[in-house]
Amino acid sequence: MLFLNAQKPSLIKDPYVYRPDSIMLDLEDAVAENQKDAARYSLFHALREIDYRGVERVVRINGLDTPYWREDIRVCVAGGCDSIRIAKTESAGDVIAVEREVEKAEREFGREIGSTLLMAAIESARGVLNVLEICESSERLFGVALSGGDYTKDLQTKISKTGIELAGARQLMVITARAAGVQCFDTVYTDLDDMDGFRAEVEMDKIMGFDGKSLINPRQIAPVHEIYTPTAKEIVFAEKVVREIETKRAQGIGVFTVDGKMIDIAFYDGARKTLAMARAAGVYDGAL
Amino acid sequence: MIIEKPAAAGTLESCDAQVIVEPGNGGVELELDSKVIHQFGRQIRAVILDTLCRLDVTDAKVTVKDMGALDCTIRARVEAAVYRSAGQTDQIPWEKLADEK
Repeated sequence: MLFLNAQKPSLIKDPYVYRPDSIMLDLEDAVAENQKDAARYSLFHALREIDYRGVERVVRINGLDTPYWREDIRVCVAGGCDSIRIAKTESAGDVIAVEREVEKAEREFGREIGSTLLMAAIESARGVLNVLEICESSERLFGVALSGGDYTKDLQTKISKTGIELAGARQLMVITARAAGVQCFDTVYTDLDDMDGFRAEVEMDKIMGFDGKSLINPRQIAPVHEIYTPTAKEIVFAEKVVREIETKRAQGIGVFTVDGKMIDIAFYDGARKTLAMARAAGVYDGAL
Repeated sequence: MIIEKPAAAGTLESCDAQVIVEPGNGGVELELDSKVIHQFGRQIRAVILDTLCRLDVTDAKVTVKDMGALDCTIRARVEAAVYRSAGQTDQIPWEKLADEK
Protein backbone atom coordinates (compact mmCIF):
# COMPACT_ATOMS: atom_id res chain seq x y z
CA MET A 1 0.00 0.00 0.00
CA LEU A 2 1.88 3.01 -1.34
CA PHE A 3 1.34 6.36 0.39
CA LEU A 4 0.87 9.31 -1.99
CA ASN A 5 0.12 12.93 -1.20
CA ALA A 6 -3.27 13.60 -2.80
CA GLN A 7 -2.30 17.23 -3.30
CA LYS A 8 0.71 16.42 -5.53
CA PRO A 9 -0.27 15.92 -9.18
CA SER A 10 3.12 14.50 -10.10
CA LEU A 11 2.67 11.69 -7.56
CA ILE A 12 -0.91 10.70 -8.23
CA LYS A 13 -1.00 10.83 -12.04
CA ASP A 14 0.52 7.41 -12.81
CA PRO A 15 1.64 5.41 -9.73
CA TYR A 16 0.27 2.24 -11.35
CA VAL A 17 3.47 2.01 -13.40
CA TYR A 18 5.22 0.81 -10.23
CA ARG A 19 2.62 -1.95 -9.78
CA PRO A 20 1.64 -1.47 -6.15
CA ASP A 21 -1.26 -3.61 -4.93
CA SER A 22 -2.93 -0.49 -3.63
CA ILE A 23 -2.29 3.23 -3.36
CA MET A 24 -3.16 5.27 -0.34
CA LEU A 25 -4.05 8.79 -1.41
CA ASP A 26 -3.39 10.92 1.64
CA LEU A 27 -5.55 13.83 2.75
CA GLU A 28 -4.08 13.78 6.24
CA ASP A 29 -0.50 14.35 7.38
CA ALA A 30 1.03 14.79 3.92
CA VAL A 31 -1.26 17.72 3.16
CA ALA A 32 -0.54 21.08 4.75
CA GLU A 33 -3.30 22.59 6.86
CA ASN A 34 -3.96 25.37 4.34
CA GLN A 35 -4.19 22.94 1.41
CA LYS A 36 -6.80 20.53 2.79
CA ASP A 37 -9.50 21.97 0.54
CA ALA A 38 -7.37 21.98 -2.63
CA ALA A 39 -6.31 18.38 -2.04
CA ARG A 40 -9.94 17.26 -2.19
CA TYR A 41 -10.50 18.63 -5.71
CA SER A 42 -7.27 17.01 -6.80
CA LEU A 43 -8.38 13.72 -5.24
CA PHE A 44 -11.86 13.89 -6.71
CA HIS A 45 -10.72 14.33 -10.30
CA ALA A 46 -7.95 11.77 -9.90
CA LEU A 47 -10.45 9.18 -8.67
CA ARG A 48 -12.92 9.99 -11.43
CA GLU A 49 -10.59 10.49 -14.38
CA ILE A 50 -7.34 8.55 -13.90
CA ASP A 51 -7.41 4.87 -14.80
CA TYR A 52 -5.37 3.25 -12.03
CA ARG A 53 -5.47 -0.06 -13.92
CA GLY A 54 -6.81 -2.26 -11.19
CA VAL A 55 -4.70 -0.83 -8.37
CA GLU A 56 -6.93 -0.45 -5.30
CA ARG A 57 -7.54 3.16 -4.33
CA VAL A 58 -7.55 3.80 -0.60
CA VAL A 59 -7.89 7.32 0.80
CA ARG A 60 -6.60 8.33 4.22
CA ILE A 61 -8.96 10.91 5.67
CA ASN A 62 -8.20 13.42 8.40
CA GLY A 63 -8.76 12.46 12.02
CA LEU A 64 -12.10 12.69 13.76
CA ASP A 65 -10.67 15.42 15.98
CA THR A 66 -10.36 17.77 12.98
CA PRO A 67 -12.96 19.83 11.08
CA TYR A 68 -12.08 18.03 7.81
CA TRP A 69 -13.14 14.41 8.04
CA ARG A 70 -16.79 14.70 7.10
CA GLU A 71 -16.08 16.53 3.84
CA ASP A 72 -13.18 14.14 3.24
CA ILE A 73 -15.70 11.29 3.36
CA ARG A 74 -18.08 13.06 0.97
CA VAL A 75 -15.34 13.50 -1.62
CA CYS A 76 -14.08 9.93 -1.19
CA VAL A 77 -17.52 8.49 -1.83
CA ALA A 78 -18.38 10.93 -4.61
CA GLY A 79 -15.08 10.09 -6.29
CA GLY A 80 -15.68 6.37 -5.90
CA CYS A 81 -12.64 5.26 -3.92
CA ASP A 82 -12.41 1.59 -2.98
CA SER A 83 -11.83 2.17 0.70
CA ILE A 84 -11.19 4.76 3.38
CA ARG A 85 -8.39 4.57 5.91
CA ILE A 86 -9.44 6.10 9.21
CA ALA A 87 -6.58 7.96 10.86
CA LYS A 88 -5.90 7.72 14.60
CA THR A 89 -8.58 5.11 15.30
CA GLU A 90 -8.99 4.56 19.03
CA SER A 91 -12.31 2.80 19.46
CA ALA A 92 -15.19 1.03 17.77
CA GLY A 93 -17.07 4.31 18.15
CA ASP A 94 -14.62 6.00 15.76
CA VAL A 95 -15.29 3.40 13.07
CA ILE A 96 -19.04 3.56 13.62
CA ALA A 97 -18.99 7.36 13.33
CA VAL A 98 -17.15 7.11 10.02
CA GLU A 99 -19.43 4.32 8.81
CA ARG A 100 -22.47 6.47 9.50
CA GLU A 101 -21.08 9.35 7.42
CA VAL A 102 -20.00 7.00 4.63
CA GLU A 103 -23.49 5.55 4.38
CA LYS A 104 -24.94 9.05 4.29
CA ALA A 105 -22.58 9.95 1.46
CA GLU A 106 -23.37 6.73 -0.41
CA ARG A 107 -27.05 7.70 -0.34
CA GLU A 108 -26.26 11.28 -1.37
CA PHE A 109 -24.12 10.28 -4.35
CA GLY A 110 -26.09 7.22 -5.42
CA ARG A 111 -23.41 4.68 -4.57
CA GLU A 112 -24.30 1.15 -3.53
CA ILE A 113 -24.72 1.03 0.25
CA GLY A 114 -21.78 -0.85 1.72
CA SER A 115 -19.58 -0.51 -1.36
CA THR A 116 -17.03 1.75 0.35
CA LEU A 117 -14.82 -0.36 2.59
CA LEU A 118 -12.97 0.85 5.68
CA MET A 119 -9.64 0.19 7.32
CA ALA A 120 -8.43 1.56 10.62
CA ALA A 121 -5.01 3.01 11.32
CA ILE A 122 -3.93 2.29 14.88
CA GLU A 123 -1.72 5.11 16.07
CA SER A 124 -1.90 5.15 19.87
CA ALA A 125 -1.58 2.95 22.92
CA ARG A 126 -5.34 3.19 23.46
CA GLY A 127 -5.94 2.15 19.86
CA VAL A 128 -3.72 -0.92 20.31
CA LEU A 129 -5.53 -1.88 23.49
CA ASN A 130 -8.90 -1.50 21.76
CA VAL A 131 -7.93 -3.24 18.57
CA LEU A 132 -10.36 -6.17 19.00
CA GLU A 133 -13.41 -3.93 19.32
CA ILE A 134 -12.11 -1.92 16.36
CA CYS A 135 -11.68 -5.04 14.24
CA GLU A 136 -15.21 -6.18 15.07
CA SER A 137 -16.89 -2.78 14.77
CA SER A 138 -18.13 -2.86 11.18
CA GLU A 139 -18.89 -5.23 8.34
CA ARG A 140 -17.10 -2.75 6.09
CA LEU A 141 -13.82 -2.95 7.99
CA PHE A 142 -11.42 -5.16 6.06
CA GLY A 143 -8.24 -4.48 7.98
CA VAL A 144 -6.15 -2.58 10.48
CA ALA A 145 -2.77 -0.95 10.01
CA LEU A 146 -0.16 0.02 12.55
CA SER A 147 1.11 3.58 12.28
CA GLY A 148 4.44 3.38 14.03
CA GLY A 149 5.41 7.05 14.12
CA ASP A 150 2.45 8.32 16.10
CA TYR A 151 2.24 5.12 18.15
CA THR A 152 5.82 5.38 19.40
CA LYS A 153 5.30 9.06 20.15
CA ASP A 154 2.31 8.10 22.28
CA LEU A 155 4.42 5.41 23.91
CA GLN A 156 7.00 8.11 24.71
CA THR A 157 9.74 6.40 22.79
CA LYS A 158 10.95 6.46 19.19
CA ILE A 159 11.41 4.17 16.21
CA SER A 160 14.62 2.15 16.43
CA LYS A 161 16.14 -0.26 13.97
CA THR A 162 15.57 -3.10 16.43
CA GLY A 163 11.76 -3.00 16.25
CA ILE A 164 11.58 -3.74 19.96
CA GLU A 165 9.44 -0.65 20.57
CA LEU A 166 6.82 -1.94 18.11
CA ALA A 167 6.98 -5.62 19.01
CA GLY A 168 4.04 -5.66 21.42
CA ALA A 169 1.72 -3.70 19.15
CA ARG A 170 2.67 -5.74 16.09
CA GLN A 171 2.09 -9.07 17.80
CA LEU A 172 -1.16 -8.02 19.44
CA MET A 173 -2.53 -6.52 16.25
CA VAL A 174 -1.77 -9.56 14.10
CA ILE A 175 -3.23 -11.96 16.65
CA THR A 176 -6.34 -9.82 17.07
CA ALA A 177 -6.86 -9.27 13.36
CA ARG A 178 -6.63 -13.01 12.77
CA ALA A 179 -9.10 -13.69 15.57
CA ALA A 180 -11.50 -11.17 14.06
CA GLY A 181 -10.97 -12.35 10.49
CA VAL A 182 -9.62 -9.08 9.09
CA GLN A 183 -6.32 -8.17 7.47
CA CYS A 184 -3.36 -6.55 9.20
CA PHE A 185 -0.74 -4.23 7.69
CA ASP A 186 2.56 -3.17 9.18
CA THR A 187 3.82 0.38 9.50
CA VAL A 188 6.11 2.21 7.06
CA TYR A 189 9.90 1.88 7.00
CA THR A 190 11.19 5.42 6.64
CA ASP A 191 14.93 4.98 5.98
CA LEU A 192 15.01 4.82 2.20
CA ASP A 193 18.77 4.48 2.16
CA ASP A 194 18.67 1.26 4.16
CA MET A 195 17.14 -1.27 1.78
CA ASP A 196 18.73 -4.18 3.65
CA GLY A 197 17.01 -3.06 6.83
CA PHE A 198 13.77 -2.69 4.89
CA ARG A 199 14.00 -6.20 3.46
CA ALA A 200 14.71 -7.64 6.89
CA GLU A 201 11.65 -5.90 8.30
CA VAL A 202 9.39 -7.13 5.48
CA GLU A 203 10.67 -10.67 5.99
CA MET A 204 9.85 -10.33 9.68
CA ASP A 205 6.38 -8.97 8.81
CA LYS A 206 5.67 -12.00 6.66
CA ILE A 207 6.82 -14.41 9.34
CA MET A 208 4.69 -12.59 11.93
CA GLY A 209 1.61 -12.98 9.75
CA PHE A 210 1.09 -9.46 8.43
CA ASP A 211 -0.81 -9.29 5.14
CA GLY A 212 1.28 -6.44 3.82
CA LYS A 213 3.09 -3.23 4.51
CA SER A 214 2.51 0.49 4.15
CA LEU A 215 5.12 1.98 1.81
CA ILE A 216 6.45 5.46 1.24
CA ASN A 217 8.46 5.03 -1.95
CA PRO A 218 7.97 3.07 -5.19
CA ARG A 219 11.33 1.35 -4.80
CA GLN A 220 9.99 -0.43 -1.72
CA ILE A 221 7.33 -2.20 -3.81
CA ALA A 222 9.44 -4.84 -5.57
CA PRO A 223 11.07 -6.23 -2.40
CA VAL A 224 7.65 -6.63 -0.77
CA HIS A 225 6.29 -8.48 -3.78
CA GLU A 226 9.39 -10.63 -3.94
CA ILE A 227 9.21 -11.58 -0.27
CA TYR A 228 5.45 -12.17 -0.19
CA THR A 229 5.20 -14.06 -3.49
CA PRO A 230 5.46 -17.83 -2.89
CA THR A 231 8.53 -19.45 -4.46
CA ALA A 232 8.25 -22.22 -7.06
CA LYS A 233 9.32 -24.72 -4.39
CA GLU A 234 6.63 -23.50 -1.98
CA ILE A 235 3.98 -23.71 -4.71
CA VAL A 236 4.91 -27.28 -5.65
CA PHE A 237 4.89 -28.31 -2.00
CA ALA A 238 1.52 -26.61 -1.39
CA GLU A 239 0.02 -28.44 -4.37
CA LYS A 240 1.29 -31.76 -3.02
CA VAL A 241 -0.09 -31.00 0.44
CA VAL A 242 -3.55 -30.10 -0.88
CA ARG A 243 -3.70 -33.17 -3.15
CA GLU A 244 -2.37 -35.56 -0.51
CA ILE A 245 -4.70 -34.29 2.22
CA GLU A 246 -7.71 -34.68 -0.08
CA THR A 247 -6.61 -38.18 -1.17
CA LYS A 248 -5.69 -39.38 2.30
CA ARG A 249 -8.87 -37.97 3.79
CA ALA A 250 -10.89 -40.11 1.39
CA GLN A 251 -8.82 -43.11 2.52
CA GLY A 252 -9.42 -42.30 6.18
CA ILE A 253 -5.77 -41.40 6.86
CA GLY A 254 -5.20 -38.38 9.07
CA VAL A 255 -1.43 -38.07 9.38
CA PHE A 256 1.18 -38.81 6.72
CA THR A 257 4.35 -37.36 5.21
CA VAL A 258 4.99 -35.23 2.15
CA ASP A 259 8.63 -34.85 1.08
CA GLY A 260 9.66 -36.14 4.49
CA LYS A 261 7.55 -33.64 6.45
CA MET A 262 4.70 -34.64 8.73
CA ILE A 263 1.40 -33.35 7.35
CA ASP A 264 -2.14 -33.37 8.71
CA ILE A 265 -5.35 -31.42 8.14
CA ALA A 266 -3.94 -28.39 9.97
CA PHE A 267 -1.71 -27.69 6.94
CA TYR A 268 -4.60 -27.56 4.47
CA ASP A 269 -5.66 -23.92 4.83
CA GLY A 270 -2.05 -22.70 4.78
CA ALA A 271 -1.35 -24.60 1.57
CA ARG A 272 -4.53 -23.24 0.02
CA LYS A 273 -3.49 -19.73 1.01
CA THR A 274 -0.06 -20.21 -0.56
CA LEU A 275 -1.70 -21.20 -3.85
CA ALA A 276 -4.14 -18.30 -3.68
CA MET A 277 -1.27 -15.86 -3.04
CA ALA A 278 0.70 -17.35 -5.91
CA ARG A 279 -2.28 -17.03 -8.21
CA ALA A 280 -2.87 -13.42 -7.14
CA ALA A 281 0.80 -12.65 -7.77
CA GLY A 282 0.54 -14.10 -11.25
CA VAL A 283 2.99 -16.95 -10.74
CA TYR A 284 0.51 -19.84 -10.56
CA ASP A 285 -2.24 -20.92 -12.91
CA GLY A 286 -2.64 -24.50 -11.81
CA ALA A 287 -5.87 -26.39 -11.30
CA LEU A 288 -6.01 -26.13 -7.49
CA MET B 1 -20.64 31.68 -8.75
CA ILE B 2 -19.47 35.19 -7.95
CA ILE B 3 -15.74 35.78 -7.65
CA GLU B 4 -15.85 37.81 -4.49
CA LYS B 5 -12.17 38.23 -3.79
CA PRO B 6 -8.83 37.19 -5.29
CA ALA B 7 -7.92 33.57 -4.59
CA ALA B 8 -5.27 31.13 -5.79
CA ALA B 9 -4.71 27.39 -5.93
CA GLY B 10 -1.98 25.10 -7.20
CA THR B 11 1.77 25.39 -7.41
CA LEU B 12 4.52 25.90 -9.96
CA GLU B 13 5.80 22.37 -9.50
CA SER B 14 6.04 20.02 -12.45
CA CYS B 15 2.69 18.53 -13.55
CA ASP B 16 0.80 21.19 -11.59
CA ALA B 17 -0.85 24.49 -12.51
CA GLN B 18 -1.20 27.69 -10.53
CA VAL B 19 -4.57 29.34 -10.92
CA ILE B 20 -5.44 32.85 -9.72
CA VAL B 21 -8.99 34.17 -9.92
CA GLU B 22 -9.94 37.80 -9.35
CA PRO B 23 -13.15 39.78 -9.71
CA GLY B 24 -13.68 40.57 -13.39
CA ASN B 25 -14.82 43.52 -15.46
CA GLY B 26 -18.01 42.15 -16.92
CA GLY B 27 -16.81 38.92 -18.53
CA VAL B 28 -14.28 36.10 -18.33
CA GLU B 29 -10.74 37.21 -19.11
CA LEU B 30 -8.22 34.37 -19.30
CA GLU B 31 -4.46 34.75 -19.28
CA LEU B 32 -2.68 31.46 -19.90
CA ASP B 33 1.00 30.73 -19.69
CA SER B 34 2.11 27.15 -20.29
CA LYS B 35 5.34 25.41 -21.03
CA VAL B 36 3.42 23.31 -23.53
CA ILE B 37 1.33 26.12 -24.98
CA HIS B 38 2.23 25.33 -28.59
CA GLN B 39 1.14 21.71 -28.31
CA PHE B 40 -1.78 21.92 -25.89
CA GLY B 41 -2.67 25.60 -25.44
CA ARG B 42 -6.07 25.27 -27.12
CA GLN B 43 -6.96 22.18 -25.08
CA ILE B 44 -5.88 23.74 -21.78
CA ARG B 45 -7.84 26.90 -22.52
CA ALA B 46 -10.92 24.79 -23.33
CA VAL B 47 -10.63 22.87 -20.05
CA ILE B 48 -10.32 26.08 -18.03
CA LEU B 49 -13.27 27.76 -19.76
CA ASP B 50 -15.40 24.63 -19.51
CA THR B 51 -14.67 24.38 -15.78
CA LEU B 52 -15.56 28.04 -15.22
CA CYS B 53 -18.75 27.54 -17.23
CA ARG B 54 -19.77 24.53 -15.10
CA LEU B 55 -19.21 26.65 -12.00
CA ASP B 56 -21.35 29.43 -13.50
CA VAL B 57 -18.48 31.89 -13.32
CA THR B 58 -19.24 34.62 -15.84
CA ASP B 59 -17.29 37.54 -14.50
CA ALA B 60 -13.66 36.92 -13.57
CA LYS B 61 -10.06 37.55 -14.42
CA VAL B 62 -8.30 34.20 -14.45
CA THR B 63 -4.55 33.77 -14.64
CA VAL B 64 -3.12 30.29 -15.16
CA LYS B 65 0.49 29.17 -15.17
CA ASP B 66 0.54 25.61 -16.38
CA MET B 67 3.51 23.37 -15.66
CA GLY B 68 2.40 20.43 -17.76
CA ALA B 69 -0.69 19.51 -15.75
CA LEU B 70 -3.20 16.86 -16.81
CA ASP B 71 -6.74 18.05 -17.55
CA CYS B 72 -7.93 16.65 -14.22
CA THR B 73 -5.36 18.74 -12.36
CA ILE B 74 -6.30 21.90 -14.21
CA ARG B 75 -9.96 21.33 -13.40
CA ALA B 76 -9.08 20.72 -9.75
CA ARG B 77 -7.03 23.89 -9.45
CA VAL B 78 -9.63 26.10 -11.11
CA GLU B 79 -12.35 24.71 -8.85
CA ALA B 80 -10.21 25.13 -5.73
CA ALA B 81 -9.47 28.76 -6.59
CA VAL B 82 -13.13 29.58 -7.35
CA TYR B 83 -14.47 27.93 -4.19
CA ARG B 84 -11.76 29.63 -2.13
CA SER B 85 -12.84 32.94 -3.60
CA ALA B 86 -16.39 32.18 -2.50
CA GLY B 87 -15.17 31.12 0.95
CA GLN B 88 -16.79 27.68 0.65
CA THR B 89 -14.81 24.71 1.95
CA ASP B 90 -17.47 22.08 2.62
CA GLN B 91 -20.77 20.78 1.25
CA ILE B 92 -19.15 20.99 -2.18
CA PRO B 93 -21.53 19.73 -4.91
CA TRP B 94 -19.11 17.03 -6.03
CA GLU B 95 -21.41 15.38 -8.53
CA LYS B 96 -21.87 18.69 -10.32
CA LEU B 97 -18.11 18.96 -10.76
CA ALA B 98 -18.06 15.69 -12.65
CA ASP B 99 -21.33 15.93 -14.52
CA GLU B 100 -20.38 17.35 -17.84
CA LYS B 101 -17.08 15.74 -18.72
